Amino acid sequence: MNFATTLARTLIATAVAGLCALPATAQEKIKVGFMLPYTGTYAALGVAIENGFRQYVDEQGGKLGGKAVEYVKVDDESDPSKAADNANKLVKRDNVDVMVGTVHSGVAMAMAKVAKDNNTLLLVANAGADAITGPLCAPNVFRSSFSNWQPGYAMGKVAADRKIKTAVTLTWKYAAGDESVRGFKEGFEAGGGKVLKELNLPFPNVEFQALLTEIASIKPDAVYVFFAGGGAPKLMKDWAAAGLKDKIQLIGAGFLTDGTIEAAGGAAEGLLTTLHYADDLTNAKDRAFRLQYAKTYKLQPDVYAVQGYDAAQMLGAGLVAVKGDLKNRDGLVKAIESAKIDSPRGPFTLSKAHNPVQDLYLRKVVGKLNKNEGVAVKGLADPARGCKAS
Amino acid sequence: MDLTTFLIQCLNSVQYGLLLFLVASGLTLIFGIMGVINLAHGSFYMVGAYLAFALASLTGSLLIALPLGLVLAVALGYLLEWVFFSYLYERDHLQQVLMTFGLILVAEELRSLLAGDDVHGVPMPDFLSGAVAIGNGMTYPVYRLALSLVCLGVAAGIWWVIRRTKLGMMVRAGATNREMVQSLGINITLLYRVVFAAGVALAVLAGMLAAPVSSVYPKMGDGVLILCFVIVVIGGIGSIQGAMLAALLIGFVDTFGKVFWQEGAGAMVYLAMAVILLWKPEGLFKAG
Repeated sequence: MNFATTLARTLIATAVAGLCALPATAQEKIKVGFMLPYTGTYAALGVAIENGFRQYVDEQGGKLGGKAVEYVKVDDESDPSKAADNANKLVKRDNVDVMVGTVHSGVAMAMAKVAKDNNTLLLVANAGADAITGPLCAPNVFRSSFSNWQPGYAMGKVAADRKIKTAVTLTWKYAAGDESVRGFKEGFEAGGGKVLKELNLPFPNVEFQALLTEIASIKPDAVYVFFAGGGAPKLMKDWAAAGLKDKIQLIGAGFLTDGTIEAAGGAAEGLLTTLHYADDLTNAKDRAFRLQYAKTYKLQPDVYAVQGYDAAQMLGAGLVAVKGDLKNRDGLVKAIESAKIDSPRGPFTLSKAHNPVQDLYLRKVVGKLNKNEGVAVKGLADPARGCKAS
Repeated sequence: MDLTTFLIQCLNSVQYGLLLFLVASGLTLIFGIMGVINLAHGSFYMVGAYLAFALASLTGSLLIALPLGLVLAVALGYLLEWVFFSYLYERDHLQQVLMTFGLILVAEELRSLLAGDDVHGVPMPDFLSGAVAIGNGMTYPVYRLALSLVCLGVAAGIWWVIRRTKLGMMVRAGATNREMVQSLGINITLLYRVVFAAGVALAVLAGMLAAPVSSVYPKMGDGVLILCFVIVVIGGIGSIQGAMLAALLIGFVDTFGKVFWQEGAGAMVYLAMAVILLWKPEGLFKAG
């Protein structure tokens, strides 16, 4: 009896071990794990990123580097406290080959840590935290979007070029706002401008009135702001209502007017912002991308869809070079590093820290669109401060 | 800071304080008179803003949306009291907190299903959309001034009802001794239902009035809820005068905190609360 149970146990153990080993030996598919917000304020952004990613894969016949792509999804709820758990689920439970995420910077930073610990490939398709391609940079972590520093720096340069002498900055007191303002200050003061005062308020407080009065009494030439989501249209409306619109130029990082123009009513009209995408680029790639996206999803694409699409392009470039062999990680990473990504935003390459080296556009709000006013800075690379790889 | 700027900042403080009062007054009524901790009060504020958005786009004007929204708000309050809150009076505070927290989640989810997660704007009536010049090249938005006037009017109205009418007398008596009022032949169940509906209507009204200047977005009630509890506690639970004074105080502390000490602006309000409660543990005014 005792012998029989031992035998049975051994047999079962062997069988289980054999079953577990099976998927590892027969690598037929590439398993992509989306860790994106599917509920909450950022739900639409998460869906756009996934749509963009799938669109590129579908254009390649559902395969990258000769391997079929299979997806698993986790809703990250934009909650940093659940981020490490969620990322571990993808890596340990679902055994994904690649993680694709996410919108919220805090969540993305937790993902980067998990990716680093497990040496899993990570493609960040939005979160702009400088740290991801700064102190947290790693050979297996790539970003297809931007660093917060980039739009800020570009706007600083534009402002200085336009003979704006003095500026005040205004943002929520949190990492993204601080990083964006730092970028602006760097670009603006390098061009001879002067930041008179850095104003901020606690996130997500939207009672701007006191600070607007403060700004009116300082009387700068321009005010640079970083706001997104619900705060953005509120700021633009308060700005117009306070009668500042004709007196002081309001400028900002592109998120101020992305997806918020309608909510702001007329208050957004004419505002200048910088971003790595605009609503009316004229390159053929963008036209084809927008047409296909609208046809497939019955939605207009936005910058988030572009970032998802490009994340898939980056993965594709790597996989094609190694012919779908994920074990050749070094070859894969090298191929992505040296790839020229033919993005709807215009072609870009990756810096040593794995952040896009890209054109930043100056955009002007006309009607309901962010119209392209030309390239603000060509081929702008994030300085990647604190990254040991660069 | 020169004198003009200082005066404008005072105006900002008063205007912000009055808007906070409008939301907090409903909370202090429900909390003080009925003894229910209503965490869902911020959700009523959000409901108001979304009602303004929906009704203003349907009818084409905020001025038509306001009365319509108020009628709906009273109906909603009446219904909620009947279905949920009437069971809470005898329960302890933990159960009240649990149920009203549940209502927040339900409200957020319904909002997400019905209106989506996007940010929306509500156009303000044309004749209120201008700005008046107030010297030194500065202007002040007309809508905010109008908003302050409406808030003052509502405050006077509440004071008059509570202090000068028979209904107010019953409400005050009910707050002190529920059983005694009942034994005098007053239908306390109906009375509470009316008070609750009024409290909800006040929060909804505040949301609707704030919608054009604050825009309409998910979870907009959260921040307001916390500030309102601060106001209710500072002012003394159940006291309308207390809520008014505390709301104005918070308006000033928040506004000048942002101007003079940015890094600590988020904590100033709570610091003020701590100091006042050390000095007067029951709040500035006692209920009644």
